[in-house]
Amino acid sequence: MFYREAGQYKTTYEADSAIFPIRQERFAFWTFLVIAFVVVPLTASPYLFSAILIPFLILALAAIGLNILTGYAGQLSLGSAAFMAVGAFASYNFVLRVPGIPLLVAFGCGGLSAAAVGILFGLPSLRIRGFYLAVATLAAQFFIVWCLTKIGWFTNYSASGVITAQALVILGYTFDTPRAKYLLVLTIVALMALAAKNMARSNTGRKWMAVRDMDVAAEVIGIRLMSSKLLAFAVSSFYCGVAGALYAYAYLGTVEPEAYNLDLSFRILFMIIIGGMGTILGSFLGAAFIVLTPILLNIFVHTFAQSLPSSVSSNLEPMVFGGMIIYFLVVEPHGLARLWQIGKEKLRLWPFPH
Amino acid sequence: MTTAAARPIGDVILTLEHISLAFGGVKALADISFDVREHEIRAIIGPNGAGKSSMLNVINGVYRPQEGTITFRGEVRRNMEPHHAAAQGIARTFQNIALFKGMSVLDNIMTGRNLRMRTSFIEHALHWGRANREEIENRHRVEEIIDFLEIQHIRKAPVGKLPYGLQKRVELARALAAEPSLLLLDEPMAGMNVEEKQDMCRFVLDVNGQYGTTIVLIEHDMGVVMDISDRVVVLDYGRKIGDGVPDEVRSSKAVIDAYLGAAH
Ligand SMILES: Nc1ncnc2c1ncn2[C@@H]1O[C@H](COP(=O)(O)OP(=O)(O)OP(=O)(O)O)[C@@H](O)[C@H]1O
Ligand SMILES: [Mg+2]
Repeated sequence: MFYREAGQYKTTYEADSAIFPIRQERFAFWTFLVIAFVVVPLTASPYLFSAILIPFLILALAAIGLNILTGYAGQLSLGSAAFMAVGAFASYNFVLRVPGIPLLVAFGCGGLSAAAVGILFGLPSLRIRGFYLAVATLAAQFFIVWCLTKIGWFTNYSASGVITAQALVILGYTFDTPRAKYLLVLTIVALMALAAKNMARSNTGRKWMAVRDMDVAAEVIGIRLMSSKLLAFAVSSFYCGVAGALYAYAYLGTVEPEAYNLDLSFRILFMIIIGGMGTILGSFLGAAFIVLTPILLNIFVHTFAQSLPSSVSSNLEPMVFGGMIIYFLVVEPHGLARLWQIGKEKLRLWPFPH
Repeated sequence: MTTAAARPIGDVILTLEHISLAFGGVKALADISFDVREHEIRAIIGPNGAGKSSMLNVINGVYRPQEGTITFRGEVRRNMEPHHAAAQGIARTFQNIALFKGMSVLDNIMTGRNLRMRTSFIEHALHWGRANREEIENRHRVEEIIDFLEIQHIRKAPVGKLPYGLQKRVELARALAAEPSLLLLDEPMAGMNVEEKQDMCRFVLDVNGQYGTTIVLIEHDMGVVMDISDRVVVLDYGRKIGDGVPDEVRSSKAVIDAYLGAAH
């Protein structure tokens, strides 16, 4: 009843192609932003900031990165975490070795370094695809982490291989409380998500999807497969790189290359499978799911199911993830974002099902 | 139906000379030569496996012939590259629909205009004024094509869920979106019912008549071919066995033996 587009006529093509063409949707979105930027900072506990919200936002950013490459451009990658590592360690070295470099510029340079490495490891995509490309990106995953561990220069010859991220100082302000870090991460993630959405709904995004859906037809209408694919690798790795830098600077603080292991790459892949391939919203939904599920399961086990044998309760998490991934791969390849959309369609017709 | 081309047929714009193409042992095309004139509707006919689709694939660079030359608007080439062909104004549809399945009808057609859009991905990311204006200008052109092909009602629909006949029409729309000067249509009416066929015939004639687009058309329905085409090439087992206006072709003994005889 309340969610209707009746009476809202679009008089320009611009209005028709807006991100939220329906008024109720725009309203919901702005409400959500106010909650994220005002209500949450005023009310949330430090635990909520540091253990849930900050990692959620950072992983959502990485998931957007992977979604650009896999969801939009159709190139499967198992190396997202390695590109995050490049972003983190490059940012660290820029701050360390370039005197007076502003931190945000260092993050940008970290992202660009990741983009360059991404292009390099994206080159095989011009020849191979699918499973074989996945294996090539897997090689990137191991090779990059190995390099960062073995070559002392990257970690400034720290004996343990662990680096301590420099203080988060931007324009003279030190972001040292969980709340301040949350607001910083939220701002960066919100702006980059918007930029990703803008690319996705423009000629850039259409070219990626064309290459994904039917590469011969894409070529025949004038799309250069090489530049489209490599651009997807570059932009995707840039997003992962910035996410990796935030992961080190705003979440972990001290970090070793192993923190960006294959396990993390898989978690990001699960986020876009569960959240929805080829949607920005899905990246957030998937990240929320992957971050929250273990916590909720833990609470569930402690309150309701203490009698469960420990062999079951300790394996509940992989079982639930496994089940969900199989479900989404088989039944709903567009993930939670699609379910959300179906829900909206239902609401639009409610209470007159038809 | 009347014979096509409200515009007078002009000079030769495309010449294929001694084209040979083989896949391993299979000779798909053997020493084929023919030409296409500006504004005409040129049909390619022949039995299954005659090499018709291969011919179109050679014209826009999807296949590289082992021998022969392709001359398009004065430029002589050993083979075309798909993006060169597109940049020079050649568009096409495929025998097996090749739409972008995960995109809406509108986005499919907009993608057809990608070469007309010059703004960079950074301008897209920032939703820069110029990028925005370009998007809207191109949307206007796309809406004209949507009106022309009468597919307004499915504008926002995902293409994958549309019935076959409409998918064929959307594919034509995507090709037209590029505003091609040469349009290659691979069996645009195959698998359609009578009504859909009539619509498609009308669209092909209108494209040719209103926009002056030169059309190379593969079609199995002889009635349609004889009605709408200006000249016909006949292929059989990769060889050219006939070439001329419909009446000539219809009365040629070789053609009747190889093709019409077999089909009727
Ligand atoms: N990509 C390919 N690889 C191998 N052989 C091919 C390929 N494309 C075409 N051929 C072969 O070339 C010959 C001509 O095929 P083509 O598709 O051009 O015929 P056609 O005239 O379009 O037939 P139809 O009416 O069935 O569409 C056939 O023998 C086919 O098997
Ligand atoms: Mg064919």
